Amino acid sequence: MTAILYILLAIVIGVAIWQVASILNLREEIATEKDNNTQGIIFAIFGVFFYGLMIFSFWKYSVILLPDSASVEGESYDTLYLVTMLLILFVQAITQFLLFYFAFKYRGIKGRKALFYADSHKLEMIWTIVPAVVLSGIVLYGLSVWNNVMDASDAENPLIVEVYAKQFQWEARYAGEDNELGLANVRNIKGINTMGVDMTDKNALDDVPVRELHLPKGRKVIFKFRSQDVLHSAYMPHFRAQMNCVPGMVTQFAFTPSMTTEEMRLNDKTIDKVAGINKIRAEKGEDPYLFDYILLCNKICGSSHYNMQMKIVVEEEAQFNTWLKSQKTMAQIVQ
Amino acid sequence: MSDHHHKETFITKYVFSQDHKMISKQYLVTGIFMGVIGVLMSMLFRLQIAWPDHSFSIIEAFLGRHQDGGVMSPDIYLALVTIHGTIMVFFVLTAGLSGTFSNLLIPLQIGARDMASGFLNMVSYWLFFLSSVIMVLSLFVEAGPASAGWTIYPPLSALPQAIPGSGMGMTLWLVSMAIFIASSLLGALNYIVTVLNLRTVGMKMTRLPLTIWAFFVTAIIGVVSFPVLLSAALLLIFDRSFGTSFFLSDIFIQGEVLHYQGGSPVLFEHLFWFLGHPEVYIVLLPALGITSEIIATNSRKPIFGYRAMIGSIIAIAFLSTIVWGHHMFVSGMNPFLGSVFTFTTLLIAIPSAVKAFNYITTLWKGNLQMNPAMLFSIGLVSTFISGGLTGLVLGDSALDINVHDTYFVVAHFHLVMGVSAIYGMFAGVYHWFPKMYGRMMNKTLGYWHFWLTAIAAYGVFFPMHFIGLAGLPRRYYSNTAFPLFDDVADVNIVITLFAILGGAAQIIFLANFFISIYKGKKATQNPWKSNTLEWTTPVEHIHGNWPGEIPAVHRWAYDYSKPGYDEDFVCQTTPLKPDEEPT
Repeated sequence: MTAILYILLAIVIGVAIWQVASILNLREEIATEKDNNTQGIIFAIFGVFFYGLMIFSFWKYSVILLPDSASVEGESYDTLYLVTMLLILFVQAITQFLLFYFAFKYRGIKGRKALFYADSHKLEMIWTIVPAVVLSGIVLYGLSVWNNVMDASDAENPLIVEVYAKQFQWEARYAGEDNELGLANVRNIKGINTMGVDMTDKNALDDVPVRELHLPKGRKVIFKFRSQDVLHSAYMPHFRAQMNCVPGMVTQFAFTPSMTTEEMRLNDKTIDKVAGINKIRAEKGEDPYLFDYILLCNKICGSSHYNMQMKIVVEEEAQFNTWLKSQKTMAQIVQ
Repeated sequence: MSDHHHKETFITKYVFSQDHKMISKQYLVTGIFMGVIGVLMSMLFRLQIAWPDHSFSIIEAFLGRHQDGGVMSPDIYLALVTIHGTIMVFFVLTAGLSGTFSNLLIPLQIGARDMASGFLNMVSYWLFFLSSVIMVLSLFVEAGPASAGWTIYPPLSALPQAIPGSGMGMTLWLVSMAIFIASSLLGALNYIVTVLNLRTVGMKMTRLPLTIWAFFVTAIIGVVSFPVLLSAALLLIFDRSFGTSFFLSDIFIQGEVLHYQGGSPVLFEHLFWFLGHPEVYIVLLPALGITSEIIATNSRKPIFGYRAMIGSIIAIAFLSTIVWGHHMFVSGMNPFLGSVFTFTTLLIAIPSAVKAFNYITTLWKGNLQMNPAMLFSIGLVSTFISGGLTGLVLGDSALDINVHDTYFVVAHFHLVMGVSAIYGMFAGVYHWFPKMYGRMMNKTLGYWHFWLTAIAAYGVFFPMHFIGLAGLPRRYYSNTAFPLFDDVADVNIVITLFAILGGAAQIIFLANFFISIYKGKKATQNPWKSNTLEWTTPVEHIHGNWPGEIPAVHRWAYDYSKPGYDEDFVCQTTPLKPDEEPT
């Protein structure tokens, strides 16, 4: 691979020097009819390259994209995304075509005069009003999805989980039997009480601290995010979920997991993606990879930002409850 | 002022010059120098992204103690992306672009002898120079330069315990930026005053070339928003050095609780983006102004919808100051605020669409002269559309959730403001080089430069969207910690190869630029057969621009291929014929 780099570099430098040598010739430096012709044709070829690159990328790289949403809210995200993307590609395809085609078609010819066409009220109105109407639709649609995702106030019996960030690790805390998180502040951090839970608060005693996030399928989870040092961002791409963790305040996000880890492993897109990954891993002689949901840090937070992650397991509610019961509560740990 | 011929020494002519044309060249060369540093940095971190843990002699050579056996450290990786962003956004695309062309073109195109205050203009450049020196020096401090990202969000940027670059490196970054802002404000005030007061006879605001409109409005946005960044920087300096708590609260780091209480990093984000978003347009509008002029000239057609173009510049400028929150949809601010910012943000698509369609219509039935400046201008329209459209995803709060801070964002803003603005800058250099140096740049090299750059730019940033959609966060030193991202490794190699091609293509530009200054073919007075006033000045620079009276203006700048005239251009100084409608 490095060889290719150096060869590429050498070619370009070679071309540069060759051309620089010819600079000393006193020649016409303003585009001639011949230049117009050549460059216009290259624009047409470049247009083909451009569409080729787009098509190639969609064909080749679709497999690396995230699989179907693993949360209920994420499904409406995916639909909105698809609608927006189709609109983008439609506009992109038309405008870029016109641009490259005009560059080719109207390449300069000596003696031809361009059309003196300075203004058209009608055209300006068209491309003000049409985008305005289309955008109104997109805005309204987008905002309905946004409000739906961000408003967790009407959730029935949601699970409350605190996600806690620090350089370069995630922790989490379940609200326990009372489903209410105990107070916490960094000033309470001491020994095993790494999240600074206030043990004088009676709500805190039954809280359950964990290092691996388990979520029940089909129940709304309200996440409360905290950070103890710098900004972090809790990014759970498979659930279309993200929220920053801000020192000094509690932030919130909510979603309802809709596919267990097991189910996601059997999803067609996941199977394709994992197969691709394992092919690469096999070439490198690494162990095969088994799909898991992850929570990763998505706000620059220091040296090991690139390796700040926590596994997420989504399971059926019964399994989840068994797992949660097997974990120690704050009261059990601190005493 | 024209009869004011005092003797110039070397120092007053080339160093502390008050002549806008010399200051413009100083900005350009400084900008190019900073650009070389910024691009080299991107080459280094692209190597790391494509081949993590692989040893490179070039990394060993450049990074000294910040590397181990040719592999860079995570801290210096973050420093490189931070300084790359800072340099490219502020030093190249703000000062290098606006500084060069506002200075060169405002007096020349409005028909003024110089800027309103030549002295302030000189001070502005030298403050920029000083801030560049400090920024470059910060690369050499013991613990490394600032590395909290170019957005320098606290607490990371405030606490040396959090990242080594937040020590001396960050202090120098803040000092450099404070000086930079002062420079930028002095420049902007000068531009505004000059455009408002020093226009020649007949140069109504509605006859100004779109370049001047763009520079003028850009200067206004700068004056409105840069002071807010200055206040954010000052408050951050207070937090860092004097123990205040504007942005910090409840922090436990390296085993101890810090005393800060009651501040909020979100406040910093608001202040930062209050400049940060208008900054995008401070970078982009001058480029759009430049290409409006170049596309009209080289299409031999009037720019389509002149008044709509002015209207959209003003609309974009106004909207740009009320959309900053779209950088903060997942910052923890109130979701209702997110709704408001989604609305204002997507409104920007309307004037942007108007501009794009007007450009395309200007090409229609033109007689396109394919000079290198024209190629870069067409290239700009292409990247402006490609990059702008993905703004519909990022500006929509709901969709932003899952692509926020991923490579999708990196691809989007590099296309829409990075590549577009740099294309605008290149277009400007090729087009006005004869005005700056009295010589022509080599067109063949210009063609090679454009096509290699164009292929490389799309080769880099088109596939990058997909990495972002795969969920890969930006600013990751390496993605080997996640088996999930093993399959993006190949894409990253493709991107890096294109990036190296793009970087190498700039060698062609550098060679062409510097050799042409000395060896280029001598320019004629109006090589592109342009209508605007700068081409009525003599090729040899003189202080005061016009040897005699400043010419009066009788028409707008876009009478190309006007029926009734033999030539396909009519200079702004040509009086109207009796039967001609006034413009």
